[in-house]
Amino acid sequence: MPAQFALRVAILSGFALVMFSIIFFRLWYLQVLSGEKYLKQARNNQVREITVQAPRGEILDRSGHVLVNNRTALALQLQPTDLPHSKKKRQQEFARLGQVVGMPPDEIHKQLRQQTRELPASPVTLKRDVNHDLVYYLQENQAQYPGVSVQNVYVRHYPDGTLGAQILGYAREVTGPQLKEPRYQGVQPGDQVGQAGVENTYDHVLRGVNGMSRVQVDAAGQPTGGVLSQTQPKAGDNLVLSIDNRVQSAGEAALHAFSTPGAFVAMNVRDGEILGLGSSPTYDPSVFTKPRLSQSVVDQVFSNTTGSPYTDRATQGLYPTGSTFKPITAVAALESGVLTPTTTIVDGGSFTEGGITLHNAGGGTYGSLQLPQALQVSSDVFFYNVGANLYFHGGDAQQKWASDLGIGHPTGIDLPGEVAGLLPTPQWRNQLYKDATSPDSPGGTSVVTGDPTDRPWSEGDNVNLAVGQGDLQTNPLQMAVAYAAIANGGDVVRPHVGMAVEDTSGRAVQEIAPAPQRHLEISPQGRQAILQGIHMAAQSPGGTSYAVFGNFPIPMAGKTGTAQRVGQQDQSWYVALAPYPNPQIVIADTIEQGGFGVESAAPVARQILAAYFNVHKQEAKAAGGKVPKQGSIQAGPAAPSGAAGNPY
Amino acid sequence: MVSDVYPRPFDERRSAAAERGGILGLDPLLLIAALGLIGFGIFSLGEVTGGDIPHNPYFYVIRQAIYAVIGVALMLALARVDYSRFRELRVGLYTAMIGSIILVLLLGQATRGSKRWIELPFITFQPSELGKVLLVTALAGFAIDRGRRVTERQHTARILLMGFVPAVIVFMQPDLGTAVTYVVITLAILFVAGARWTHFALLGVLLTAAVSAVLVIAPAIGHPVLKGYQQQRLTSFLNPSSDPRDATYQIDQSLIAIGSGAKTGRGADSTQTENGFVPDRTTDFIFSVVGERFGFVGAAFVLSLYALLIWRALRIMTLSKNLYGSLIAGAIAAMFMCQVFVNVGVAIGIMPVTGIPLPLMSFGGSSVVVTLMAIGLLQSIYVQARLTSKSRADLLR
Repeated sequence: MPAQFALRVAILSGFALVMFSIIFFRLWYLQVLSGEKYLKQARNNQVREITVQAPRGEILDRSGHVLVNNRTALALQLQPTDLPHSKKKRQQEFARLGQVVGMPPDEIHKQLRQQTRELPASPVTLKRDVNHDLVYYLQENQAQYPGVSVQNVYVRHYPDGTLGAQILGYAREVTGPQLKEPRYQGVQPGDQVGQAGVENTYDHVLRGVNGMSRVQVDAAGQPTGGVLSQTQPKAGDNLVLSIDNRVQSAGEAALHAFSTPGAFVAMNVRDGEILGLGSSPTYDPSVFTKPRLSQSVVDQVFSNTTGSPYTDRATQGLYPTGSTFKPITAVAALESGVLTPTTTIVDGGSFTEGGITLHNAGGGTYGSLQLPQALQVSSDVFFYNVGANLYFHGGDAQQKWASDLGIGHPTGIDLPGEVAGLLPTPQWRNQLYKDATSPDSPGGTSVVTGDPTDRPWSEGDNVNLAVGQGDLQTNPLQMAVAYAAIANGGDVVRPHVGMAVEDTSGRAVQEIAPAPQRHLEISPQGRQAILQGIHMAAQSPGGTSYAVFGNFPIPMAGKTGTAQRVGQQDQSWYVALAPYPNPQIVIADTIEQGGFGVESAAPVARQILAAYFNVHKQEAKAAGGKVPKQGSIQAGPAAPSGAAGNPY
Repeated sequence: MVSDVYPRPFDERRSAAAERGGILGLDPLLLIAALGLIGFGIFSLGEVTGGDIPHNPYFYVIRQAIYAVIGVALMLALARVDYSRFRELRVGLYTAMIGSIILVLLLGQATRGSKRWIELPFITFQPSELGKVLLVTALAGFAIDRGRRVTERQHTARILLMGFVPAVIVFMQPDLGTAVTYVVITLAILFVAGARWTHFALLGVLLTAAVSAVLVIAPAIGHPVLKGYQQQRLTSFLNPSSDPRDATYQIDQSLIAIGSGAKTGRGADSTQTENGFVPDRTTDFIFSVVGERFGFVGAAFVLSLYALLIWRALRIMTLSKNLYGSLIAGAIAAMFMCQVFVNVGVAIGIMPVTGIPLPLMSFGGSSVVVTLMAIGLLQSIYVQARLTSKSRADLLR
């Protein structure tokens, strides 16, 4: 063998030897040294964890009537992390997908971009309620559609449509900022959480615990073996509201009869259970179940031009109350001693103080009046005098008692977004005036006339507040709480719509019965005089709402209010307590630009009371004559016969 | 130079002598390596593809066995022929090879964007595979003309050209793996034939320039030579990534498969190759199947069979009765080395993904039959060498 040939054979053999050695050592490294690591990776490769959505709990009214439950829907989802990374492949997939689901690829892109911006890493729902043919097609061609899946999802369902929208609120996918809040600990991106109403306040109750399936899959993500392990989703608990479906329906129907906005509250005077609470205009909460809100929906629900249906005027309204405030003034005057039930004040038709003369609304003259008669006819002159007396002799009694009765504070109701309102006080106005006239203020020492800051507190402010005018800003809920305290002997209740939590099998898990905020000592004689006065106002000839309640079969008490608002027609108010003289229920309602209290707000209250007592009668019958829960407060002597009669 | 070895005259007494030398006078170790690999390959295929075709668990096994039978028959036939005759046919063989691979370009059906197959009535046939042995026998024949006719540099250039023309055609199919194999065959023939070191040095410079032109300059000026997936495959092993949807997906999955086999393999618990994480597991990634199922033990066993195969090829190269046989054996040894090292190298993540079948183990008729034909040529060289030394011994006695 020639030397050159031998050398070349040796080179070839040497090369082979080197290559075999490299491969051998590489295999040694991969299999012998790193075998465990790769084995672990191989096992992970074949397992996919699939979250199984837990349904939210149902929301029921006090008698078990379903207000919110769930329906199942097939949702077409994209898992952004599973989509092809190459832009070209992704576009090709979107083009294919767009054809089969009937969506332009650009739209898919847009949805993906927008939804992932809001909720990174969570699945993007493209379409809900897709049909089964599409589902089968996508399953058969899964390899062509990486990252595309169809999930059975629970969607909130509202059997009664818009009923109770402001109470119920809505649930939607958790937002990025919410995920960082402690109360949403454990919530995964893509989960639904309550965004408004009791869905929000009782989210921890309603939200379930998602289940998890560990499934063996192949490279295309298709299940190959069985389920390796599974934790079942745990449905959220059901929430029972104190709402009475029929009271709620009657109240909303009555409000919607008016073209202007309005609100009502119906509440148990003893324990603060809300029987009905509504605001008009309203909205359909099911619009929030759509994967993406269109701008038109957002405008419709939130815009001022549509009357801002999302706003709950019962808890978020800021209104003067007009004469419905007079019983509160009466409590302050009686308890501070500037007035007794038998003090007589002559109503000469006008009241003059500080050079300004005020007249009774409607221009009447009522002569000598004691408190009950003054309430009956709603004498402004009487209460102007009371307001002036409180200013000069009562100290801060006017503000103290109104404040104690709950005016100007959140009531603590279990609904989000409740406002405080404004109870005008000397300190408040004087401070504003001081700020406005300080040399450091933007306007210098001059003030803008008509602005709340234009002058210090004066007698006139107290006189205005005495009849529920001036700077006062409150809402039906605060008025209901204040009247309830007068009716129940001084308990300032904490209103609540949640009544109980039940598990999915209907067993009670928790009772919701918050204690009153505080108790006020109000003299029985004073209370009686006030209740008698507003009873006469509603049901004695000459009373302000006699036209509406004169023939109401159940003895009750009610006070009208006609609030003057700048730039608007008068706002109609009514607060009713029934039955008289031991009320169970308080109703407070208002109709913006509704004119006199007796014109619009009083008829609304009558319809709600009618529904309530009709319900009462039927429940009593169903319970075999046993007195139901509301009946535990004994109706007055006249009540039984009245309740038995036709309430209409 | 090595011009003192010439083909010897046809030996009249070869059959009788061959019959005296064991099994038809074949190289028993080469036969054991070939049969062992084909047997273990079929066994592995059977293990992994049992559930692939519904109601037909032996689909792959039966087909691969048929290919093996055809291949072994051709191997035995070739072993009985004196390979030296092919030298006279070199022009015809070369023409047939060029013609068939061009025919594929014109007629071939598109499979995954590559045209490699010709559809015959009963089988699909891949001419570029057969082209390997045709190129080996033809080019070895042309190489022997050297020294007699033209100056060395021209001759080296001529052989190079003859080898690179089919490589370029196959590359256009596009079949990068086979093109690389053709180039390796051509270089091996030049190497064994004794081309000057300076020629190889020059060639190295030219190849480096060509590769950088294809990979860097051509895409930069907007005329890419490689298809996108080829470029990605070739370069992605340099930047490993954990993303299963990138080009390194195949390598990553293959690594997990082989690594998870650990020392003794996962057997029936295999998931990587069983559930489709590793692509092309019956062809380009059959070694991953071996690695996962049979572990380091199985992989080392397969590698030792290949080592045996390559050792015998190199040994036969030195035994050959003439330079033609040495060139053929050297080219075949280099072809096996290329295929084994690249294929296994891809599977274990030290080579770019090129799509070269693992000889005798990857599923595919053309590859199995042609590899066995190549082994038939080696056996023929062995038989002829034994006959020659026998007759020399007889003469001396």
